[in-house]
Amino acid sequence: METTVLYELLRMLLAVVLVVSFVFLNAMIMGYLERKISAHIQRRPGLMEVGPHGILQLLIDGLKLIGKQLVVPKDADRTLFRAAPLLSFAPVVLPLIVIPFSPKLQVRDFDIGLIFILAISSLNVLAILMAGWGSNNKYSLFGAMRSVAQNISYEIPMLLSLLAVILMTNTFSMQGIVQAQGKIWFFLVQPVAFLIYIVASFAETNRAPFDLPEAESELTAGYHTEYSGMGFSLFMLAEYANMFVVCSIATVLFLGGWHGIPLPFGAYSGAIWFFIKAYGLMLFMIWVRWTYPRTRFDQLMNFCWKYMIPFALVNLLVTAVLVKL
Amino acid sequence: MTEPVKIPQPHRFFLNMGPQHPSTHGVLRVILEMDGEYIIEPQPVLGYGHRMHEKMAECRACTAFMPNTARMDYAAALPYNHGYAALIERMTGIEVPPRAEYIRVITSELNRIASHLLWFGALLLDLGAFTPILYSFDDREQILDILEDITGSRLTYCYFRVGGVSKDIDDKFVERTRAFIKRLRQRFDIFEKLVTGNVIFIKRVEGIGIIDADMCRRYGATGPVARGSGIAYDVRKNEPYSVYSEFDFDIPVGENGDSLDRYMVRMREMEQSLRIIEQALDALPEGPYRGKVPKKIKLPAGDCCFSVEAARGELTYYLVGDGSDVPYRLKIRVPSYSNLSVVPELCRGMLLSDLVAAMGSLDLVIPEIDR
Amino acid sequence: MKNSGYFRELYVGGKSLIIGLGVTLKAFVQPIVTVQYPREKLEITPNYRGHIELVRDPETGECTCIVCGMCARACPSGCITVSGEKKEGEKKKSLTEFRLDFTKCSLCGSCVETCPKGAIDYSQDYNIAGFTREEFHYDLIKRLEEKG
Repeated sequence: METTVLYELLRMLLAVVLVVSFVFLNAMIMGYLERKISAHIQRRPGLMEVGPHGILQLLIDGLKLIGKQLVVPKDADRTLFRAAPLLSFAPVVLPLIVIPFSPKLQVRDFDIGLIFILAISSLNVLAILMAGWGSNNKYSLFGAMRSVAQNISYEIPMLLSLLAVILMTNTFSMQGIVQAQGKIWFFLVQPVAFLIYIVASFAETNRAPFDLPEAESELTAGYHTEYSGMGFSLFMLAEYANMFVVCSIATVLFLGGWHGIPLPFGAYSGAIWFFIKAYGLMLFMIWVRWTYPRTRFDQLMNFCWKYMIPFALVNLLVTAVLVKL
Repeated sequence: MTEPVKIPQPHRFFLNMGPQHPSTHGVLRVILEMDGEYIIEPQPVLGYGHRMHEKMAECRACTAFMPNTARMDYAAALPYNHGYAALIERMTGIEVPPRAEYIRVITSELNRIASHLLWFGALLLDLGAFTPILYSFDDREQILDILEDITGSRLTYCYFRVGGVSKDIDDKFVERTRAFIKRLRQRFDIFEKLVTGNVIFIKRVEGIGIIDADMCRRYGATGPVARGSGIAYDVRKNEPYSVYSEFDFDIPVGENGDSLDRYMVRMREMEQSLRIIEQALDALPEGPYRGKVPKKIKLPAGDCCFSVEAARGELTYYLVGDGSDVPYRLKIRVPSYSNLSVVPELCRGMLLSDLVAAMGSLDLVIPEIDR
Repeated sequence: MKNSGYFRELYVGGKSLIIGLGVTLKAFVQPIVTVQYPREKLEITPNYRGHIELVRDPETGECTCIVCGMCARACPSGCITVSGEKKEGEKKKSLTEFRLDFTKCSLCGSCVETCPKGAIDYSQDYNIAGFTREEFHYDLIKRLEEKG
């Protein structure tokens, strides 16, 4: 009994350390990839100074941001202002607990894994609202308002498209969903749901072409205008980790999770395929960001309510009928 | 009796798109009275870039004013040079040799293309697309290199002189320009595919900021703004100056007067400018590049004016001379001032994102408004 | 009628988005067109208008300025100060002072054009930087001597 408890404690500690350090590592890798890929799309070299081809740049940026002074604007709501980055960081660390990187590599497998992830991700919007309101800045408030409407609207098509997959697998547990894709990956069976989920995930993570709340040229940087140093970097970490969470959900539900050509090391090597697929989707998100202009806010809402939701509902209906048959 | 004070409604507020802003093109301040996301009343505030160019014209010899003309609109400076030099020539009766006129036309059209490429990149940057500006600046760098080779400067050219130009062009220039024309025609394909056809871009500009022909006439808007609304007025065709009457080119005209029409007018203007440059290079005569000019140019007493088609509209210089070589008064009518003045009426009731798209499509350069 | 517009709009829009992605992908694999400036420099054309320098006559090796003052009069901004003195036994004045205040210069080229002897010409200095305004008050005679 004691050894089991000790073993569980050690395992949890290891998991926490690995998950949090993964978030930081992911932000570094994604930041570097984003800047390098955007540079090559724009036909310039990008990062070249720090380290060979700029590999150490993100590390030095992190150190610089840690050293900056945290400025709280005058008349800002201090509690909200300081709490917002922390609250934006928490909901992206928790979903990493349930994601199955390989048959053996998963921190905990809940029976309602998917619902857990979706519930926790909904807390993102609260952090943005707190940041926008607490900054005492009209531009930040604009960004926050837009983000609230955008996030809660696009959750609906996201949920509906995921529900179509759940109808086929009959289980919410993430490991179970991956194992149900042994024969055929679900994006071939449910292409419409896959497409809707990808578009909704752009809106959920505030990435272009739906990045109105964020780096605007209309509203000078939106809800994180007033943040400097560690507060800003927490927002960035949260954004990249959120991207990873959303892409790994897509990988688990549509792209077959850790399935792939069998490699040595058996049960642990599936993680390599998982990361290849998840990062592939993230590279696609970067590619899309640097190609398209921004949509206007009411056109974004229009697109969600008039195009995505009808398609998602029809898809759900068709799936339900076919599963019954 | 003081002015009536407007008591704001409970949920209306003032947003200040200040002099420093990523998408006001220069130092323009727009005070927006807003209701949620809708603009009730925009009020542009000017004067942050006033450098007293017209006063400087009254303190210098008339030929010494040439560098100032380039500093007013630095994105397309050669038409400004052209207008001023041609004004002095018209007033004093100095002849310009044909080769100089052709060189003036070629370089002015190259500068017009460079200005439109800058506008294109800046409009898309305001709308949130970060790559097309780099593609258009790639082409613009080619033009700047070509012009640097003969004028010596990259942005604020002081190349034209009264009576001609200051330096002749050589075969290297002709060769490079021809290669550039060929390259740019292929690059238009990229702009077409990446931007003009893109559904997100079209939704952002179609039907936004509709200026009808009547509004253009009331405010005196000229250039692509007026041509986008259906008024087919171009100074190069309606009051031809220099040697523009010898070239065969079209004036692109839009129908609805929305931002998409102004965008298409400017894109097509770039193609027409390429046509003009090609014809001019084919017909380039030999001869001197500067006519006979007296050492000290005395302006006759009286007034004179001259209009050119700058990249943004009709530019007019009006000079009052008093017999000496220092002008008594120089008045410059810049196109961006009239184009900006449609904003308060146009942008009432718009969304904030639409204001940015509409102002971007008007192609304002604030330093020329403030002079 | 209404439905066909709905689907056609989706189809046309989706196609345009994919074409746009193709353009950026093509640009991604093409070589870069920029130059990393302080480490790699581009060649500047000899016709570039930098600040003016005194020029030595190729035959005699002397500076050809006759201190007529035309450049100082032609300058719109008043940046040139020229003065000279008549030495014993010489017909022309010789140059003692030629100062250029580069902070006011607008690179118009009037001075180079009006010089009757061609004694000044443009340099190609494009990346000059300094900490104080006085570093840009050039003493052109001293610069000519330092150049050798």
